[in-house]
Amino acid sequence: MKMTRNKKTAKRPKKKNREIMLVTWAFTILFLGMAGYITHYAMTHQQELINNSYNGRQQILLAQNRRGKIYSADGEVLAQTVEDAEGNEKREYPYQNLFSHVVGYASNGRMGVEAQANYYLINSNAPLSQKASLDISGEKYPGDDVYTTLDVELQQVASTALGVYQGAVIVTEPSTGKILAMVSKPDFNPEEIEAMWDELIADSESSVLLNRVTQGLYPPGSTFKIVTALEYIKENPDTYQNYRYTCNGAITRGEDRIQCYHGSVHGEVGFTKSFAKSCNTSFANIGLSLDRKSFGNTLNSLLFNQKLPVTFQSGISKAEVSEETSESDMMQISIGQGTVSITPLLLNMITCSIANNGTLMKPYVTECVKNSAGNTIKTFSPSAYGKLMSEQEAAILQELMTDVVEEGTASRLKGLSYTAAGKTGSAEYGTVKGDSHAWFTGFAPAEEPQICVTIIIEGAGAGGDYAVPIAKRIFDAYFEKNVSG
Amino acid sequence: MELYVSEFSKYVIALLITLYTYECFAVFRYEEEDRRGGIYTRQNILMFAFHFSSFLVICFETGDITYLFFYAFQQIVLYAAIMLFRMLYPKTNRLVINNMCMLLSIGFVILTRLDFNKAVKQFVIVTGSLAVALMIPFFVHKFKFLKKLKWIYAIVGIAALSVVMILGQTTYGSKLSFKIAGVTFQPSEFVKILFVFFVASALYQASGFFEVFTTAVVAAAHVVVLVISKDLGSALIFFIVYVLMVFVATRNFLYVLAGAVGGSGAAYVAFKVFRHVQVRVQAWKDPWSVIDSAGYQITQSLFAISSGGWFGLGLYKGTPESIPFVEADFIFSAIAEELGIIFAICLILICVSCFIMCMNIAVRLNDKFYQLTAFGLGVTYIFQVFLTIGGGTKFIPLTGVTLPLISYGGSSVLTTLIMFSIVEGLYIIKQDEGEQEKKSQMKKQKRKKKKRVVAVEDEDEEDDLEEYLIPQEELAGRINCKAGNQFEDDEE
Repeated sequence: MKMTRNKKTAKRPKKKNREIMLVTWAFTILFLGMAGYITHYAMTHQQELINNSYNGRQQILLAQNRRGKIYSADGEVLAQTVEDAEGNEKREYPYQNLFSHVVGYASNGRMGVEAQANYYLINSNAPLSQKASLDISGEKYPGDDVYTTLDVELQQVASTALGVYQGAVIVTEPSTGKILAMVSKPDFNPEEIEAMWDELIADSESSVLLNRVTQGLYPPGSTFKIVTALEYIKENPDTYQNYRYTCNGAITRGEDRIQCYHGSVHGEVGFTKSFAKSCNTSFANIGLSLDRKSFGNTLNSLLFNQKLPVTFQSGISKAEVSEETSESDMMQISIGQGTVSITPLLLNMITCSIANNGTLMKPYVTECVKNSAGNTIKTFSPSAYGKLMSEQEAAILQELMTDVVEEGTASRLKGLSYTAAGKTGSAEYGTVKGDSHAWFTGFAPAEEPQICVTIIIEGAGAGGDYAVPIAKRIFDAYFEKNVSG
Repeated sequence: MELYVSEFSKYVIALLITLYTYECFAVFRYEEEDRRGGIYTRQNILMFAFHFSSFLVICFETGDITYLFFYAFQQIVLYAAIMLFRMLYPKTNRLVINNMCMLLSIGFVILTRLDFNKAVKQFVIVTGSLAVALMIPFFVHKFKFLKKLKWIYAIVGIAALSVVMILGQTTYGSKLSFKIAGVTFQPSEFVKILFVFFVASALYQASGFFEVFTTAVVAAAHVVVLVISKDLGSALIFFIVYVLMVFVATRNFLYVLAGAVGGSGAAYVAFKVFRHVQVRVQAWKDPWSVIDSAGYQITQSLFAISSGGWFGLGLYKGTPESIPFVEADFIFSAIAEELGIIFAICLILICVSCFIMCMNIAVRLNDKFYQLTAFGLGVTYIFQVFLTIGGGTKFIPLTGVTLPLISYGGSSVLTTLIMFSIVEGLYIIKQDEGEQEKKSQMKKQKRKKKKRVVAVEDEDEEDDLEEYLIPQEELAGRINCKAGNQFEDDEE
């Protein structure tokens, strides 16, 4: 009796003000949440918002700081702002057309590294003492400099090799995702962008301003057989080697007929030979046997039909397969024709993940940011996107791609000081039979891949004849430098 | 030199406000006001250091030394306010006064930077308002009849709002204010106080369904008039304050639930019926798609918030002028841009500290009328802070209310100063209550000591025996409760 009464008294103070305490806590938590939100928002949107054309702060930064320089990996200046005698600023690109798409331009809008790293280029982390002395002399502060992963020599080789053709070349390091070279043709001189602007915009046919590597959408042709082969291996992990097919040059399903390139007849082929010889009829046959739902999932996991995990602008590659896909479409898709489209960038990323034992490293082109005194402000480290395939699957594909070089369509890469692996493609486009884009995607050395190249030459013809030699020149240049150096 | 000053000062200012904010919460470690003295003195020093260094930066950046005179006047007024409050009311809570002056000085700094003329005008209004505010605690303390004026509060409140609705000037789509002799008044600010008094006086004696219902009708009248005037922010404040006050008065969570359901319903209807509500919601959901029109303000505000970084760009280094009405509705964004995110977060925490102190006072008041008043004023304040900061940062849709004590606006600053002073008055009442209890407690104890000698054992006796072992402060609390409970029993 006494006990209960005591308890009651003891509890009452709490009860009395519980409601006020509840409201106090509720508001306190609400405000902590809001403070967290504001901090997070401010810290994560800094760059995105400064680039918005409605944001006047950009103009202030430009008036206060001189736009920083862009460097190649080996310290060559790719872009810099200079002042003439009258004090007018001009953006110079010492290599003129060479880096037109990848470094981009900074007037009439922005593109390439100029766009991607704009925030760093227009901000200045110069040492205070330097700023103070510039204040006295009335000069602008030097903006921070951006160092890229680009290699001037490889870029030059790639560009020269592509010559007058329209097309694209991308060279990457599969173990890190570093982009070593990125060429898109036709190119332009970024210094003359203002003068040429109207002309460039009016020219809709060759779309000079389009970066074909990241945004050009092409039929992948036979290079897509990498994807089809991967799906077949996934579905038949133990029996894929037992695959047999007799190629008589064509395969027919109802109205639809698939032929081998240039009317070849491959005869009796197994899985490896189908891939090495790039036998269309055999792959159409493989395609017909695939589980459509599983194939659709594989395509999505290979980053088709979605935004790519990169910090620059990129196109969305398309390849859709579902239960409703017709036999005719399945045959077309299996050999990379029909409704399938791909950017050279994505094909390179898939190749890289094969070379890197299944793991895709996110491709990147900005290595670090330094202030005018050379102190590093920010470093961009390699980061993995994840596994696109298992290590085993990657190993099988590496082997298949090595055989393409050893006894298949990329034999021009055979018997060199290094071993290479890859896949060619001759992707038909348009309505005229025989017009085709020449493709090659591959890596070297085959045993321990160091670089990965993807090449497309528009309208040139067979990949083995046109694209493979360019790959050879790039590999040659790379290994010459990296063996002797 | 100038560069070193502006760069260095950013870190100094961030450090000062961080230390100040720390002290704001360190206060709550001590129960008794007299043990907090050191904290308050440190706060005053930090406050003046912040104020001075900010104006030093302003002088350096503008190259105009005359700003220091303006600073001197501000400093004198704020210092006088702090000293006068202490002299006139030795029993005041100094945290509320300190925070009030700190927020005012932040306001002076940022307003001077944004628009010198407006800052001067604001300074004059603040000086006058502080003089008014100084008298308020006295009246609150003495005028015991305040709890009996419930219908007067209601009638005056609704009448004032209606006058604006009918005769008011339309500023940017909302009828908010009217002019008398060249001075613009915004009555909805003052009516907030009347409204809190109304609800407190209506519910302090009895809070059965009938009382809640009649007050609900009056509250609804306020809200409807404000909605018609298109002053949605104020309408929302009145609504929330009403619901939460009813919750505390009745201790019935169902009312909050009913309020939430009713409020959501009303919000939905408002969204469907009013075009300007739809525009605001759209501008909140995706301001980027309407960046040219309805989303312009909020996107400019987001640009400002995201450009400052931890330590801000420094005073005069940003472009907060690009936000329309930056000195009133978006002053928080200007602060975040030029003084930095650390400063902005500290500012939020200082506001929360004011609120917690207010609730702290409410919790300890025994008289239910005063308790409800303290609670209502605290909620009014903090919810307004929530609306303006949340609205300006896209946390919630924009409603267009001011940041109390910092934003430009005479009615707003006068109202807030009065609110804070009322809370001070209530604090003094609380102190009195405490003293009375101690006295009565002592008498009781004496009486009981005698009893103990006789060694008569009964239930009460047992209670008291235990209470001897409990510290004085807690004891007082317990006795209060008993009184409170008794009171309640009567109601039931």
